[in-house]
Amino acid sequence: MTAENRFGDEQYYALLEQLQAIDFVLVELSLYLDTHPTDQNALQQFNDLTEQRWVLANEYEKLYGPLQNLGRSYSGYPWQWNDDPWPWQV
Amino acid sequence: MHSQTRDYYPYVGPYDPCPPIRVKTYQVPPHLFMTFQPENLPQYSPMEALRLGTLWPALFSPYDPRLSHLGRGHS
Amino acid sequence: MWIYEKKLQYPVRVSKCDVRMAKYLIEQYGGADGELAAALRYMNQRYTIPNKVVGLLTDIATEEFAHLEMIATMVYKLTKDATVEELKEAGLGDHYANHDRALFYNNASGVPWTAAYIAAKGDPIADLYEDIAAEEKARATYQWLIDMTDDVDLQDSLKFLREREIVHSMRFREAVEILKEERDSKKIF
Repeated sequence: MTAENRFGDEQYYALLEQLQAIDFVLVELSLYLDTHPTDQNALQQFNDLTEQRWVLANEYEKLYGPLQNLGRSYSGYPWQWNDDPWPWQV
Repeated sequence: MHSQTRDYYPYVGPYDPCPPIRVKTYQVPPHLFMTFQPENLPQYSPMEALRLGTLWPALFSPYDPRLSHLGRGHS
Repeated sequence: MWIYEKKLQYPVRVSKCDVRMAKYLIEQYGGADGELAAALRYMNQRYTIPNKVVGLLTDIATEEFAHLEMIATMVYKLTKDATVEELKEAGLGDHYANHDRALFYNNASGVPWTAAYIAAKGDPIADLYEDIAAEEKARATYQWLIDMTDDVDLQDSLKFLREREIVHSMRFREAVEILKEERDSKKIF
């Protein structure tokens, strides 16, 4: 874990929960659109949220390191993927 | 919203070894009453949706663990 | 291809050091109606089902892996600092003898996970009805788990998982409706 990271402080949990909330709505809308592929309002909401999610995930990654593996997130030096805490530890 | 639980009353036999639980309750969550979700249903805010486990109030099903703890003889 | 995301789908907070609860929670890890069985069941059905519902099976299977990780998190938190004596008292002595504190895909009675939990009939309607039943059984299991703890934080995470079973069941029932439609016919919902 690098020095500037502050896992475990209030800001960390608040930002994580914001991300979990937006990602949760994206999961809900995805499953819904799988069975309602022509619902234009849901589709619009899905695309808008996908954009918002990208902004929020970038903010999170700048503070707490990569969210996704295998080239879906950038890494600082040294390689950050190994850094704890892992999701089951926070 | 209508109730999401149903009750039934098991037969109480004269030779049952234990004091009877007279009322048994089971769950009937809201999706059972919806064949195909209509479009444009009202939604929760993202944070509420996360906390409740669904985006739509029409699919929310509260579960109160005390229902199973009511114990014997409740009616 | 799957990509891992380094966060839980929903926060898991366990506030009570109740080691015995770990023994019960493992039912949803490696039990017949648990999250592993669910994820693998849906993943495996994708190859023999009409294209219209493959996306849904893929998405729900993926979400089930997130739920598997939540259950693992609960068990991990409850067992990582448990002494051998506490594990024995919690009924996890048999588990310790074989696995120490390692998680294992077995049910609450210690029966190892088996592929026999996963039905794959190849008939789209039979398989989707199987999925609906699996969701309702998992919902029921979450109810009994919620009943067995008075840790409100643990109950909170379990209630989230219970609600997800309801939404998944809804989607599978819609998938059945989609497959009932006549080819090329338009349906207004």
